[in-house]
Amino acid sequence: MSDAIKAIGMPKWGLAMTEGKVNAWLVEEGADIATGDEILEIETSKITNVFESPVSGPLRRKVAAEGETLPVGALLGVVADASVTEAEIDAFVETAKAAQAEAAAAAVPPPAPELVHAEGWTARVLTMAPEAAGALPLLLIHGFGGDYQNWQFNQPDLAIDRTVYALDLPGHGGSSKVLTGADVPGLAVAVRSALAALGVERFHVAGHSLGGAIGLQLALDEPKRVASVTLICSAGLGPEINTDYIEGFIKSDKRKDMKATVEKLFADPAFVSRDMVDDLLKYKRLDGVLPALRTIADAVFAGGHQTSVFTDRLATLDVPVQTIWGESDAIIPVAHANAVPEARRHVLAGAGHMVHIEKPSDVTRLIGEFVAFAGG
Amino acid sequence: MSKKSFRQAINEALAQEMRRDHRVIVMGEDVAGGLGTPGDQDAWGGPMGVTKGLVGEFGRERVLDTPITESGFIGAAVGAAATGLRPVADLMFVDFMGVCFDQIFNQAAKFRYMFGGKAVTPVVIRTMFGAGFRAASQHSQCLYPIFTHIPGLKVAIPSNAYEAKGLLIQAIRDDDPVIFFEHKMLYDDIDEVPDEPYTIPFGEANVTREGTDLTIVAFGRMVKFANEAADLLAKQKISVTVIDPRTTSPMDYDTILESVEETGRLVVVDEAHPRCSMATDVAAFVVQDAFKHLKAPIKMVTPPHVPVPFSPALEDEYIPNTARIMAAARSVLA
Repeated sequence: MSDAIKAIGMPKWGLAMTEGKVNAWLVEEGADIATGDEILEIETSKITNVFESPVSGPLRRKVAAEGETLPVGALLGVVADASVTEAEIDAFVETAKAAQAEAAAAAVPPPAPELVHAEGWTARVLTMAPEAAGALPLLLIHGFGGDYQNWQFNQPDLAIDRTVYALDLPGHGGSSKVLTGADVPGLAVAVRSALAALGVERFHVAGHSLGGAIGLQLALDEPKRVASVTLICSAGLGPEINTDYIEGFIKSDKRKDMKATVEKLFADPAFVSRDMVDDLLKYKRLDGVLPALRTIADAVFAGGHQTSVFTDRLATLDVPVQTIWGESDAIIPVAHANAVPEARRHVLAGAGHMVHIEKPSDVTRLIGEFVAFAGG
Repeated sequence: MSKKSFRQAINEALAQEMRRDHRVIVMGEDVAGGLGTPGDQDAWGGPMGVTKGLVGEFGRERVLDTPITESGFIGAAVGAAATGLRPVADLMFVDFMGVCFDQIFNQAAKFRYMFGGKAVTPVVIRTMFGAGFRAASQHSQCLYPIFTHIPGLKVAIPSNAYEAKGLLIQAIRDDDPVIFFEHKMLYDDIDEVPDEPYTIPFGEANVTREGTDLTIVAFGRMVKFANEAADLLAKQKISVTVIDPRTTSPMDYDTILESVEETGRLVVVDEAHPRCSMATDVAAFVVQDAFKHLKAPIKMVTPPHVPVPFSPALEDEYIPNTARIMAAARSVLA
């Protein structure tokens, strides 16, 4: 009978998530739910988000109480059709809870990033690889002020069939804070030297914001090495940029100011958690970060405009390019998505500049489909 | 990023600054240990092992074991700072500061002002404070209010390992004399501490909990207890802001005033003696500048006005704790 019973488990949002708090159920017991329905609001130390049902059918049992904090994978609710008895559901819940206790005892720590010594700089890189040899690797490049953790909700699922590298740009995260080049071409040189140190020849690239412009630069410089480019709320596709945000990010040194600044990145400001703001302030206090950010901002966004705009070179580029944008992006205008043909343009509603954090499953799926389409 | 103790965080801050700047030296009683003896060198690394390993990397030229004469080596550190070095002197227990008040109050604190702004005195005096160590009344006082009272001195009181590393690097790079207070009951506390050097600016309070019903201001080890109290109160649906000023000179009154304007209620937790303390100082500023926002009298949680007792039972009773903070919180909310 257990095939007729489907479990709803605590999701794992990002590498660091070990447990989540059930803030609220958004559906009633007995309701018929469909895959993708918003059924729960779950809070982690990093983020609060709605959880979309992975299964469909009548919700027979809410196992998790509102306010309860549970480990990843813990049983939250049970979906089963009318043929299943209450006793069978009781037994299912008991078995699941016992399995949960065992899993907790055998929990493995999340993968840790490594320092890669490249020519001219040291890059912090989180590598996630499938057990079997996979397809062409995928490189993820974050935006201004970000780090590899920006991809924490995307990287694990993308690494199922290929190796995925998420690196910290020079001056960012745990990478060295000394810059060898601060404009888009200079940062692309640094990324290439990191790829050389990693032994990567041909690859797909997905870049967010400034990281998109760098990805595009890599493709324009050496089109034969790049199998596809995914540009997420990307720089490099037009002159406009919200420099108030850039300046705010550099200048904010108090939690309150930083929170207000970072809220501009999201359609829903509730995404900005204490930990997110704290982590950014801690990063900005590291030696060398402020001069590095200043130098990059001055080189990449000189005079309030993007200095590297590649729109007119896209037509002749022999590498597939797609754009993914948050409809409410307040940093780079969503109109910049129009640089690519409509079929390769994805604008997601209810998301801002950090669309890969606000709509992780959509963005992961779009990247996955595109690299599969581009092949290799 | 990795987990480090408060002790390791301070050791790492010293080592990284000594590597970065050859003018940084460390001096104090047994900061290495073994000087002039055929026995084990670096036997001590300071009374709590905080400076252990430095003499191996930087040598006796930069890690100076001093005689047991605070008046002598604190004076020497102040003079070295005025003439170009950046000494970090280890005064062991703040209770011993009395014998070198002139060097600190009348010399170090005054040079910038009395030499027309042309002199700088980049000395750091690291010192242990606080009760709970079963070390009786001559080794357990807080005394930071006394140094906060003197213009020209900066006073830092880190509340955890992350704060300790960032505030100490800031202190070493600061051109003014800084008295750096290390609570002896925090040395084994562990926190996430970045491997890279970083600085935490002085005069910028840390809001460690954000709430709407009540503001708690706490210093040093008391921040830990205030956070515990806030977490327990949160379960009773009482929403508390906790503010760690980090430095008492300069002092970030703005963050406190802004919070009290929102909550209207204030508890100040200070392990120092209750008279002329940080508790009375914060309470007075809030009454002066935010009186119209207060919905209840301010409550101060402090020890009684007596020397720290040697009896363990009495000492435990003496130190403010989480339960007393919660009781004070409930009383201002009543």
